[in-house]
Amino acid sequence: MSKKIGDVILDLQNISLRFGGVKALTDISFNVCEHEIRAIIGPNGAGKSSMLNVINGVYHPQEGKIFWHGKERKKMEPHMAAQQNIARTFQNIALFKGMSVLDNIMTGRMTKMKANFIEHALWFGRARKEELEHRRKVEEVIDFLEIQHIRKTPVGRLPYGLQKRVELGRALAAEPSMLLLDEPMAGMNVEEKQDMCRFILDVNDQFGTTIVLIEHDMGVVMDISDRVVVLDYGKKIGDGVPDEVKNNEEVIRAYLGAGH
Amino acid sequence: MLYREAGQFKTTYAADQQLFPIRQDRIGLMLLAVAFFGVPLFASEYWFSAILIPFLIFALAALGLNILTGYAGQLSLGTAAFMAVGAYAAYNFQLRVEGIPILVSFICAGLTAAGVGILFGLPSLRIKGFYLAVATLAAQFFIVWCLTKFPWLSNHSSSGVISAQDVVILGFNFDTPVSKYLLVLAIVSVMALAAKNLVRSSTGRAWMAVRDMDVAASVIGIKLMPTKLLAFAVSSFYCGVAGALYAFCYLGSVEPDGFSLDMSFKILFMIIIGGVGSILGCFLGAAFILLLPIFLDYSLPAVAELFGLPFSNATVSHIQILMFGALIMFFLIVEPHGLARLWQIAKEKLRLWPFPH
Repeated sequence: MSKKIGDVILDLQNISLRFGGVKALTDISFNVCEHEIRAIIGPNGAGKSSMLNVINGVYHPQEGKIFWHGKERKKMEPHMAAQQNIARTFQNIALFKGMSVLDNIMTGRMTKMKANFIEHALWFGRARKEELEHRRKVEEVIDFLEIQHIRKTPVGRLPYGLQKRVELGRALAAEPSMLLLDEPMAGMNVEEKQDMCRFILDVNDQFGTTIVLIEHDMGVVMDISDRVVVLDYGKKIGDGVPDEVKNNEEVIRAYLGAGH
Repeated sequence: MLYREAGQFKTTYAADQQLFPIRQDRIGLMLLAVAFFGVPLFASEYWFSAILIPFLIFALAALGLNILTGYAGQLSLGTAAFMAVGAYAAYNFQLRVEGIPILVSFICAGLTAAGVGILFGLPSLRIKGFYLAVATLAAQFFIVWCLTKFPWLSNHSSSGVISAQDVVILGFNFDTPVSKYLLVLAIVSVMALAAKNLVRSSTGRAWMAVRDMDVAASVIGIKLMPTKLLAFAVSSFYCGVAGALYAFCYLGSVEPDGFSLDMSFKILFMIIIGGVGSILGCFLGAAFILLLPIFLDYSLPAVAELFGLPFSNATVSHIQILMFGALIMFFLIVEPHGLARLWQIAKEKLRLWPFPH
């Protein structure tokens, strides 16, 4: 691969997150560079999803600093992540079940639409123009993910693998500069995993999107990611390129147990 | 056979986003429009004042509730109260503002109701589901109490009864049932179209996103507070206008107790039976709930006579209540998306008929 990895765009320093007495994350620092694929791995309950929630502002860490494009990020609400061009998918699919695939992906472009509700009610001026403009963009995403045949189907009726793909589509529709994927391949068969890998690599390659992903399939993680950070019990135990991490004593212990 | 989209190709996104993308739908709609505007030629006065006008007004109120409950997912039991706000506001605007056109006072009535709706929508920012329903129940009792308690609102009439002023637009007095029917029909058509446009645009998508998965919605960039409050405002606006029409074009004089919890429930039943989250469903539900009692009034005595059973009017009303209860349960269990969904399934089947797939 001959892709260019840029400067650090997200820098997390000494992040600690507590829920009451439970320490979800303790003193974690790592960074994400532009255009790279950064994996977060670790056993169940290691704090991986909490880490993503900290990045996009759903959780607020009690300690630590977050720098986004070199600027310290202060108090943040979830909807501000979208304005900062951070999109994400969820571990348990969080699609809008009553809506069609097309409408779901259209919601991804919500922040880019300017018309107000009165224009919408009258279907006039900006409302009409925007709807067509953004439809074109959404169709590009639909083509990219090869889901043309289901664009009008309510997502509730789709099989699991396709729903995951639609969720990726909704995130992509926002044209994010950073994409957070929470177990994009969980529960998929080999073929679906291959497809999803292809999409993730293509997104990274064609659009230059920075990707932070959580995944349990070690084969996939080691193959596609540029750097890997390993968490265990809310602490960072490894960080580096896949080969380094693979041979890290502590990582092996966390995954295979102390006896080995 | 006749209902096919075969051969109707869409070459632009605009064509694909039409309200009625299939040609047969458009033809059907035109026929329906002609039928509605052609009714005055045939129907009797009874039909207008007892069936068609209340049907349209209740459909409008159901539309309001459906925007809030069906699209934005916020359960409300205060529909009748917001209608009362609309009715009393329109009355007061007519009474106290010199020379205000009636349509303007209808709009102001809607806006007043929208304001009250936002106020009672505030709890929705913290609570959901049943708890929110209880909070809107407070609106139901509080508003009716207010209208009885403060005589200024009903211009000091006894027990808060108001008599609506004449409906005069540009010198034309809408005093016959036919003219009132046409006025209501025009208003309801325009507002139904606006509602349809709202729910197919990004406003509607934001509402549905909040309804289906609010955490995901906020991560996408939807601000929950403005989205929910807008749903309350728009919904109450519709209910307010429906209330104004209820007083001015249907009953003529109304009292606060007329806008009871029963009425709120009736409108809720309309959207459950018609279809939660469907514009068409509001009309189907309103028609069903209003026509069923009339149908039973006529058919039950006939059936009883057939079997030689003794029969009284009280029995009819008891059977009505029984039927409503049974139907609500039936729809909640068998088809939670109501008549509108049944219609949609029928259309899907018709497109493929006579083939199974």
